[in-house]
Amino acid sequence: MRYLTARKRAEGKGASHTGTEHHWYMTASAVALAFMVPVFLFVFGRALGQSQEMVIETFSRPFPAILTALTVIVAMRHFAKGAQMMIEDYARGTMRKGLVILTFSISYAVTAVALYALAKMTIIGFILGAMAH
Amino acid sequence: MAEAKRVERPLSPHLQIYRPQLTSVTSILTRITGNALIVGVVLAVWWLLAAATSPAYFQTANAVATSWFGDLVFTGSLWAVWYHYLAGLRHLIWDSGKGFDIPTAEKLGWACIIGSVVLTLITIVLV
Repeated sequence: MRYLTARKRAEGKGASHTGTEHHWYMTASAVALAFMVPVFLFVFGRALGQSQEMVIETFSRPFPAILTALTVIVAMRHFAKGAQMMIEDYARGTMRKGLVILTFSISYAVTAVALYALAKMTIIGFILGAMAH
Repeated sequence: MAEAKRVERPLSPHLQIYRPQLTSVTSILTRITGNALIVGVVLAVWWLLAAATSPAYFQTANAVATSWFGDLVFTGSLWAVWYHYLAGLRHLIWDSGKGFDIPTAEKLGWACIIGSVVLTLITIVLV
């Protein structure tokens, strides 16, 4: 038995059925990204064009590795939910559902690949560091 | 009731005759830059994966990432990320309930356009 009335449960949820949750997520992740992205651009821009050894050396250090992981995780969620807004504006029905699923899948896959690459570079960097001593 | 008198209502602007304004152009650019950034992210993450995989794979990915195509994607993404960044800040200002009057909204639009180009150039010089 539900103790809340239908009116009370529906209040504030609007057309999206989730109220302002989506908008609030975009706001919160935007603020987080505003702090991370400039630093990430600097780290990534410095690494781009370097030799493989230097790239591994960069991303096996804690700060670049953790910053890159965080930036990719938050940016890919921000992207997925932002792209979802665009899809929901222009597509309907099955097409809409399919495109949203595809977008979410791509962004999760990109996140997984980035985390795998960072973890592997950390291990390679650790082995190279151990051999140098 | 069947023969209801048609009311002459103003039609909403059609896309083909819609006069683009600074505010509408900067708004649609926010969506375009945000979604297009996936291209730069995929190239960057692929490059990271290659660096973590093998020298041969890195050579392939690095050749693409540092070619004219890579330069085009990354320079374009750099401008896109700064544009989206400033447009996002503009949304935070609007979310606080400020800046909705037309002169301020147009100033914010110009700030996004000029600011993104300036920040892109600064980043290229610094990095």
